[in-house]
Amino acid sequence: MNTHVTLAGVTIKNPVMTASGTFGSGMEYSEFVDLNRLGAVVTKGVANVPWPGNPTPRVAEVYGGMLNAIGLQNPGVDVLLERDIPFLKQYDTKVIVNVCGKTVEDYIEVVEKLGEEQAVSMLEINVSCPNVKEGAIAFGQKADALYDITKEVKRHAKQPVIMKLSPNVTDIAEMAKAAEAAGADALSLINTITGMKIDIHRRRFALANKTGGMSGPAVKPIAVRMVYQAAQAVKIPIIGMGGIANGEDAVEFLLAGATAVSVGAMNFVNPCACAEVAEGIERYMEQYHIENVTDLIGAVQE
Amino acid sequence: MKQKHTATVLSQREIAPDIFDMWIGTPLAAEAKPGQFLGIYPGDRSTLLPRPISICETGTKAGGSGQADALRIVYRIAGAGTREFSGYREGDAISILGNLGNGFPLEQGTGKRAFLMGGGIGVPPILELAKRLDAEKRIIVGYRDAGLFLKEDLEKYGTVYVATEDGSAGTKGNVMDAIRENGLEADVIFACGPMPMLRAIRAYAAEHHIPAYISLEEHMACGVGACLGCVVKTAKEDRHSHVHNARICTDGPVFEAQDVDI
Repeated sequence: MNTHVTLAGVTIKNPVMTASGTFGSGMEYSEFVDLNRLGAVVTKGVANVPWPGNPTPRVAEVYGGMLNAIGLQNPGVDVLLERDIPFLKQYDTKVIVNVCGKTVEDYIEVVEKLGEEQAVSMLEINVSCPNVKEGAIAFGQKADALYDITKEVKRHAKQPVIMKLSPNVTDIAEMAKAAEAAGADALSLINTITGMKIDIHRRRFALANKTGGMSGPAVKPIAVRMVYQAAQAVKIPIIGMGGIANGEDAVEFLLAGATAVSVGAMNFVNPCACAEVAEGIERYMEQYHIENVTDLIGAVQE
Repeated sequence: MKQKHTATVLSQREIAPDIFDMWIGTPLAAEAKPGQFLGIYPGDRSTLLPRPISICETGTKAGGSGQADALRIVYRIAGAGTREFSGYREGDAISILGNLGNGFPLEQGTGKRAFLMGGGIGVPPILELAKRLDAEKRIIVGYRDAGLFLKEDLEKYGTVYVATEDGSAGTKGNVMDAIRENGLEADVIFACGPMPMLRAIRAYAAEHHIPAYISLEEHMACGVGACLGCVVKTAKEDRHSHVHNARICTDGPVFEAQDVDI
């Protein structure tokens, strides 16, 4: 059985990754999951300088999922390079760094600092966080803005660039095409869907930020649909995510056209989730006598 | 070492309206410290996230002494997840993640005059603390009304002073009123309870120049320090993000009161 997939020239041992922001830089979950089992670890978004994030409450549960408005709290790229990358280097897994910023210059500064680090295989550019007022999602909701930031990042990046797309748009295919046209090497989607929860007993917003990004199993059908639409629109590979809890969910994304998948909110529900997703894909391949996992990519039939 | 596993409910009973007392058989008990907590996962898949619930007491399944292999939790029904837990019976499976958090620094109380203060559903962790703390213990607990859960358990380990909001037992008012009414003094405070109580304790400790170790709570997702959902503003730079935001689940839940901005 061959579970290897290749994204923009980078071959990973299996198609399972961790969704940015749900897995820190791997350290916290390494007590529960053998990181060697993962195709790649995608780190939490990192900016040029430390970001304090939003006030609390930052998380709230909703039916079959959750809302978060962390606001990209992160220690900045220097700490990532000094502390987190050396930690991840101990494992036989690829490292993808998620990059966030408020301005184009912020993104470029991070991308350039990461360019010197051999252990970073790919960059994932977060232009879709719904919880940060400036920058971030402003780049990810208009096709021309997405095109411009992609082009600029590509000019400075040494590693292949994955653009992480927002589902909070009218036409995901148009966004996917804009990123591809600007030179993106891959896409990842979906980021969280903007939502809101009100505590009716206290008559207050559940989150201090009022709105938050929804994730978890409840969003999966939306994510599968968007991955399918994006895959129909572009030739570059897609990393699919949104509510993946097990191998069957992951296979659904592969069939819709994803080359790899990420496990996000379900890490919180089951700290061993991403390793179990990798095992579940293998079981599915055995059951249906699939020799190469790549045979599943986009293999849904009408 | 933290782990998630399926444990067995040994017993459960309601000890005050909506307050449940459950014993769980688990090897996590052997290493559990007072002030640590469990993440408990509901079985209903519409409610996904682990519920952070403090460890009330450690013990043995057989009820005797020896290596602890059972944990006691005392919790209030606060929503769908805890309502589900309240229906568990002896022999049922319960999915738990533990032991989480730092726990109370017992060594800070050794040989001193200590206030052990609990308010409402913050009372439970005070029990294991009272068992293990080697100090001159004054246990001050506050309740809404005369449903004085755990009071008799606490009386085994120190003098217990009660405050109730409705005045139906002990001092009418809160735990600070009970301290004043009884003329109590301490060299160190350990506390768990609602935020207004913790703020009052923080101010009292500053005024009396004594340390206070307070256990905080916040909405959590992962419980292990990855999601950065449950932070508190801190005086010192935190060790994760260096932005003066400590993670309550892993850097806490117990903090020295003057170190946090609450």
